[in-house]
Amino acid sequence: MPIDKSMNVLIVDDYKTMLRIIRNLLKQIEFNNVEEASDGAEALSKLRTGNFGLVISDWNMAPMTGLQLLQEVRADSKLKHVPFIMITAESKTENVVAAKQAGVSNYIVKPFNAETLKGKIEMVLGHA
Amino acid sequence: MKSKNGRRATDPVQDRLAHARDGASTIDRDMVADVVSAVLTTMSGDLTAAETTLLGEVSALGRTIAAAKQEIAALRVDDIMDRDIPFATDELDAIVDHTAVATNAILESCEMLDEVAGTITGDAAARLQDAVTKIYEACSFQDITGQRITKVVTTLKVIEAKVAQIMTTFGVSADPIEKRDATPDDSHAALLNGPQLPSNAMDQSDIDKLLASFG
Repeated sequence: MPIDKSMNVLIVDDYKTMLRIIRNLLKQIEFNNVEEASDGAEALSKLRTGNFGLVISDWNMAPMTGLQLLQEVRADSKLKHVPFIMITAESKTENVVAAKQAGVSNYIVKPFNAETLKGKIEMVLGHA
Repeated sequence: MKSKNGRRATDPVQDRLAHARDGASTIDRDMVADVVSAVLTTMSGDLTAAETTLLGEVSALGRTIAAAKQEIAALRVDDIMDRDIPFATDELDAIVDHTAVATNAILESCEMLDEVAGTITGDAAARLQDAVTKIYEACSFQDITGQRITKVVTTLKVIEAKVAQIMTTFGVSADPIEKRDATPDDSHAALLNGPQLPSNAMDQSDIDKLLASFG
């Protein structure tokens, strides 16, 4: 099934530079409809009012963390099937397990490369 | 003062004893005198051996506390609280800001190169694109170093709070401490560990294996 690259992608990170990096890497693989949020709460309100086909979120953010965002998304009947990739510096086993239990679609550890990002997006959207 | 009060207290006691002596002739006067004498001795402030030892210990403790207070004052903890720790955290915050500004400048140039790469074809375009991608990837250092620095700042705040607590306990320069929150900023409580040191960290392949183990 070909991936619809015109879908809206929401990227969430409290570091503006990281948002800019991810946006550029997405552009290189032809995802051009990218929206940004700088914490979980802002992301959730954008998700509820918009139409997104993929969420790529950091974990370590305040006031709402990426994990809390993921839990909110999975508990929301309209959003629960949206593919959700966590990109985070958190690399402890319990973090990965917690994200998986909360329903994460895939997990990328920072620092990551463009190839990993591309591979995980294809995997997640291919399964969607 | 105690003995003065003690003496004053003897008058009504003796009155009552006299009254009792008249009314009950079977009481042994010497025995009563012994009891009264024992009570009066205590009232006059004389201490037993155990009490003297205890008092000695308490004064020694007091001297230790006084010495500790002097030592803490000599450390110039006010400098640590008012100058050193704020200076260190400001410096670290400045590092985060500077790296953010520099990273944005790098990204801006990189975006321009990306744009140029899109206007040309062939091997040069591919190589240019590849180099641009590597710069994007490398720029994530700003996020990683920023998170590490934030951890150090949090640690400094914990040290600051502990020093404040010690100062409060010993009553050294209590005024500035009272204005401070003795508990470290816990707004990051929901957050996790941040980047691990490379020797402790799981890499992407470890994480992929772990995820795959869920089936």
